[in-house]
Amino acid sequence: MKIAQTLGEVAVALDARFVTLILPTIVLGLVLSAEARAKDTGYVFVSNEKTNNIAVIDPKQDYKIIKWIPTSHRPRDMKFGDNHRLLYVACGDDDVIDVLDVATLKVADHIPTGPSPEMFQLSRDEKALYVSNEEGSSVQEISIVDKIILREIATGAEPEGLAISADGKTLYVTSEVTDMVHVVDAEGGVVTENIVVGTRPRRLLLLPGGKELWVSNELSGEVSVIDRAANRISTTIDFLPPGFRQVDVTPVGMTMTRDGKSAIVALGRANHVAFIDTATRKVEDYVLVGSRAWGVALSPDEKTLYVANGLSDDLSIVDMESRKAIRAVPVGRVPHSVVIDD
Amino acid sequence: MKLGYVELADDPRYANRGVLSGIVFTDLGRPYQGSQVALEDARAIGRVIGVEFSMEKSTASSDDELVQRISEWITNDGIHFVLADLPVAALKDLASRLADRPVLLFNISAPDDSLRGADCANNVAHTYPSEAMLSDALMQYLVAKGWLQILVLQGPAPEDAAMVAALQRSARKFRANIVATRPFLLTNNPRNREQTNIVLMTEGVGYDVVDVADISGEFGRYVSYETKLPRPVVGSAGLVPTAWSWSWGRDAAVQLQHRYEKVSPPRRMNGADWAAWEAVKAVTQAVMRTRSTDFDAVKTFLLSDKLTLDTVKGNPGSFRAWDHQLRAPVLLSTADAVIERAPLPQYLHQTNVLDTLGIDAPESACRF
Repeated sequence: MKIAQTLGEVAVALDARFVTLILPTIVLGLVLSAEARAKDTGYVFVSNEKTNNIAVIDPKQDYKIIKWIPTSHRPRDMKFGDNHRLLYVACGDDDVIDVLDVATLKVADHIPTGPSPEMFQLSRDEKALYVSNEEGSSVQEISIVDKIILREIATGAEPEGLAISADGKTLYVTSEVTDMVHVVDAEGGVVTENIVVGTRPRRLLLLPGGKELWVSNELSGEVSVIDRAANRISTTIDFLPPGFRQVDVTPVGMTMTRDGKSAIVALGRANHVAFIDTATRKVEDYVLVGSRAWGVALSPDEKTLYVANGLSDDLSIVDMESRKAIRAVPVGRVPHSVVIDD
Repeated sequence: MKLGYVELADDPRYANRGVLSGIVFTDLGRPYQGSQVALEDARAIGRVIGVEFSMEKSTASSDDELVQRISEWITNDGIHFVLADLPVAALKDLASRLADRPVLLFNISAPDDSLRGADCANNVAHTYPSEAMLSDALMQYLVAKGWLQILVLQGPAPEDAAMVAALQRSARKFRANIVATRPFLLTNNPRNREQTNIVLMTEGVGYDVVDVADISGEFGRYVSYETKLPRPVVGSAGLVPTAWSWSWGRDAAVQLQHRYEKVSPPRRMNGADWAAWEAVKAVTQAVMRTRSTDFDAVKTFLLSDKLTLDTVKGNPGSFRAWDHQLRAPVLLSTADAVIERAPLPQYLHQTNVLDTLGIDAPESACRF
């Protein structure tokens, strides 16, 4: 860890010619330290839709970007697999999921998908990927080992957000165009129920305890809370940050603390994230971030929140205790998602 | 839930069939396919809420025929929502002759301001932007850029005159100045060179920008790079205010464009296609949210402020109570890029920024 860090700093300090010369040494350094670094690097990964790469940020080095990983075209959703040894990246314009080796920070493999993969989930046994194909109106179940499509589940147009129940038996999918959440029996591969929600549902968040599913509705500017036992909306959470109008509120990305007590919703064009007490469903705070905030992720110690701002091409870093944005780190063009290697 | 769609076989607006001087323009043409993309989405929703969506289409040779057809639809097929791809006169005629029937017509292709003003009809909703909205969108951009001195080149068609009238109103509203309005003609006759030669038409006066009012499309596309002074061209050519451009890349526009191309190769979606798509979507949303197919219930919701319609251009749309015009953003597009989306952020409004485009409640001449 220490060695790799130092080498990284040296590489940045030297000019381009020297970097080329010492590159083999750096690669060697990374390979040697691979075992030790397989976990807990704390690195923050940001996918950039238009620069076709992932920015790797090390919070311990003052949020320096320590590596740009070139990917297939239009990287969006990311998920860790195999105990954080692998990072899967959905690349929408190449119809592929890139598989990154977290130790070497390089693309090691590709898994072909249907047209325009956007969001995805790993099955609980990590043998399959569930991928929503934005332009294919379906969710595909893809075998990771065999790289074949096991099943295709028809959805409404522009399927996006995916959530998988703790027991792995139920899959939830949003359809942006048909304004509904499809409930899918993962074993049978069939839609068992459809829940009409707000306008343009985007992302899903399963709360601990298995009772609630939250849906962010981008256009109606609200979060629908679904009672999972009844499969219907039990309540709706509205947002209005100071100085904004209802139409500016376009919630997309959501995350929560590990205990599920506090949820965070990125409000898109309203340029804020909202902190919500999940018990009372009251909005406690609005924090100003960058332009069109979508992707959100919490650091492992839950002291820091990262927010990808799609239209200001930067990452806001929010201190969870003071609930204030403490700085912004420029990343690639149109940052989409954030994940953290913990 | 059955919808209707009407058009005229000899609609002069489509006389060239998307072809100018033998060159095919892939985004010119009738907007029927736009409605079909939305109908596909409606069917997916319909399967869930237990409503079967379908559409009847009628291509007629006269207004009489259309009135008769729609009357039959109302009586025999329970059709109450009809998309109308019609020129101004035909639309006015239909609206007045069907005034006491249970039907709502969607104007999906006529920008004419009088349809939303003195000649407005209670049984018409406009998903196509008005001339005033289009010219306000352009004017917001020009004023934001500080391009305040405008030279206008005006064609001979009544539509060209309507565009210039709208531009004059927008110039007053946003405080820009039209330095001169010069007519052009479509002719090669050398005796008319003062009205055909672009260099001659653009000299002898100072200006920041040249606005072309040219419904024919035959003249405007040759004005850029031909002006006496090196100035941008806007209006019917150059930077064009439009309801839709295939090159719009945000707010899920690309996915819509691709769904459109699937049903309609090799066409690209145009402004009227978007308006047709949006009309079907408005009905679908109203049916879905009211859980009803009853005409009055659906119509009431559709025209209310409860409607949150996806415009695929950022802001959600709804119909203005005072003239039934759909409020929606307008794109400012060149041949291959959307340069700006109006309303621009610097233009504010007391209730909805979309109402900075077009005729606002206090100035509306429409009385239902």
